[in-house]
Amino acid sequence: MRILVCVKQVIDTAARIELKDQKLDGTALARVLNPYDEFAIEEALRIRELKHDTEIVLISLGPECFRDSLRAGLAMGADRAVHLMDPLFNKVDSLTTAYLLSLAATLLGFDIIFCGRQAVDDDMALVGPALAVYLKIPCVTVVTKLDFLQDWDVAVATRQIEGGSEAIESPIPALFTCQKGLNQPRLPSLKGIMAAKKKEIETFNADKLGFSLKENSSSKETLIHTGLSLPDRRGKGKIIGGSPNEVATQLVKILREEEKVV
Amino acid sequence: MIVPKNILVFVELGENAIKPFAFEAIYAARILADALGGSVVALCLGIEKHLADSLVHWGADSVKILVNPLFETITLEKALLAITPLVKDQKPYAVFFSATTYGKELAASLSAKLNVGLLTDCVSIDLGKQGEMLVRRPVYASKAISHVTLQGSGPHILSLRQNVFRGPGPDISRTGKVELIDFKIPNDRLFLKIREVVRESGGQIDVTEARVVVSGGLGMQQPENFKFLEDLAQVLHGAVGASRPVVDNGWRNYSNQIGQTGRTVQPDLYIACGISGSVQHLAGMSAAKCIIAINKDPNAPIFSVADYGIIGDALEILPLLTEEFRKVLGSSV
Repeated sequence: MRILVCVKQVIDTAARIELKDQKLDGTALARVLNPYDEFAIEEALRIRELKHDTEIVLISLGPECFRDSLRAGLAMGADRAVHLMDPLFNKVDSLTTAYLLSLAATLLGFDIIFCGRQAVDDDMALVGPALAVYLKIPCVTVVTKLDFLQDWDVAVATRQIEGGSEAIESPIPALFTCQKGLNQPRLPSLKGIMAAKKKEIETFNADKLGFSLKENSSSKETLIHTGLSLPDRRGKGKIIGGSPNEVATQLVKILREEEKVV
Repeated sequence: MIVPKNILVFVELGENAIKPFAFEAIYAARILADALGGSVVALCLGIEKHLADSLVHWGADSVKILVNPLFETITLEKALLAITPLVKDQKPYAVFFSATTYGKELAASLSAKLNVGLLTDCVSIDLGKQGEMLVRRPVYASKAISHVTLQGSGPHILSLRQNVFRGPGPDISRTGKVELIDFKIPNDRLFLKIREVVRESGGQIDVTEARVVVSGGLGMQQPENFKFLEDLAQVLHGAVGASRPVVDNGWRNYSNQIGQTGRTVQPDLYIACGISGSVQHLAGMSAAKCIIAINKDPNAPIFSVADYGIIGDALEILPLLTEEFRKVLGSSV
């Protein structure tokens, strides 16, 4: 069985976002593997522990620095990695990213594809479902539990929905996007980090994928990104003092009469 | 010829009722359609006809109900098979979804099917000088707002964050057309089967849907103390949230985790109890209308976003607060 795990590098979730000319000044910010992609890698590793003839291949589309995230995933235990990199890929939109990933997935062959629930930068939650559409395979998003039946032919994915959860059965091949709760991602061991240095990261360029810019999606002409702003600086920051009883009475009065939120 | 700019709204259902956030999407579509001189078309998969009236009351000009016994349960595949030909045929200017688990995956899949752009989790929609849509959506888990201008005749695919587009409520004098349409689903293209749906215990509202969220951090000291938060949430008809360390300790379910790697909420009132306020946590809740912070540490970062701060022990103040609310809101709760 072959499992593909799509990963992305994002700005560290602990970073404070600062803007310059309505753009993110990200040069000095630390970058990490997208946290949801760690759940995706971990789930693949768990499957390999049960089914030993499983190969785990990481795929990522992005600039040179994304190799660090691929290395991080290899250090967790993935077998090899494919880096989609080409000057033509520098400015592709999310749909085209999903399309390019579908070309790579078809070249590699797969039984299962895991993605993170979303990348914690543009928070679009697009690439996973779009990749499944391009590959014409079933897709279950926001998965928190995954079991297999019938000799790995059928998966039962439990996922979070508003106000509860549901269990969905899907034949394999299928794509799953992974949510917190699915597992506890392991930290790379020293041995894993050393081994990762010897593992292969193969580069797929536009030629290898048979991609030309003409195939780029239309969203670049229709979605014009005019800039970023910071949320309104907020917080009246009034401190309510007094005995616990006085504080409670005063707060209820404010929320009822001034803020009118209760 | 002027092409009417119609808005198609995908209506999400739960247990043979229309989800409250579906009305928010209808309302947002109504405002936009009025400004553009278009109409609002609501799309439902297999509901009772009488339920459709409420969609008209909230602002739909027409409701299309696709009928097929298979719509007793809705999967991504069935919904995608239903909506794709309709969008291709009707060419609406925009298609609105709620930014729920289903709404987001369906919007993303439709975007790929039609090869048109997607905007997830939109929080404001305005019109520019040439009648183009100006949309704002949070990125970096609400640490920044992305501004996007939509060009062209569409269809533009948007999912709308819950609790943002609320509207004044239904107008029962509104009338509209309700159509039942038999819809054929090619059976050989269905792979997903819903085995089980589990509602969270006690019929509690989801944190993303709640108008009031009462949240606890490690300052609650032990899992049993979340009882105090549940009591307050019950009185205020709200939901209980938690910080990441609380969830990582196994005190609360991760579906209640508020923050960058958890849920992002935008309630009217957010009460943070014993939460210091990491950057990631603030990202998940700072869009709330009113924020209360209760913490022993006066230097806790949570106070920087709070409208009202109480420096003290949440365990001591919470029961008093619950009691006080009970008093003023009447003994019925």
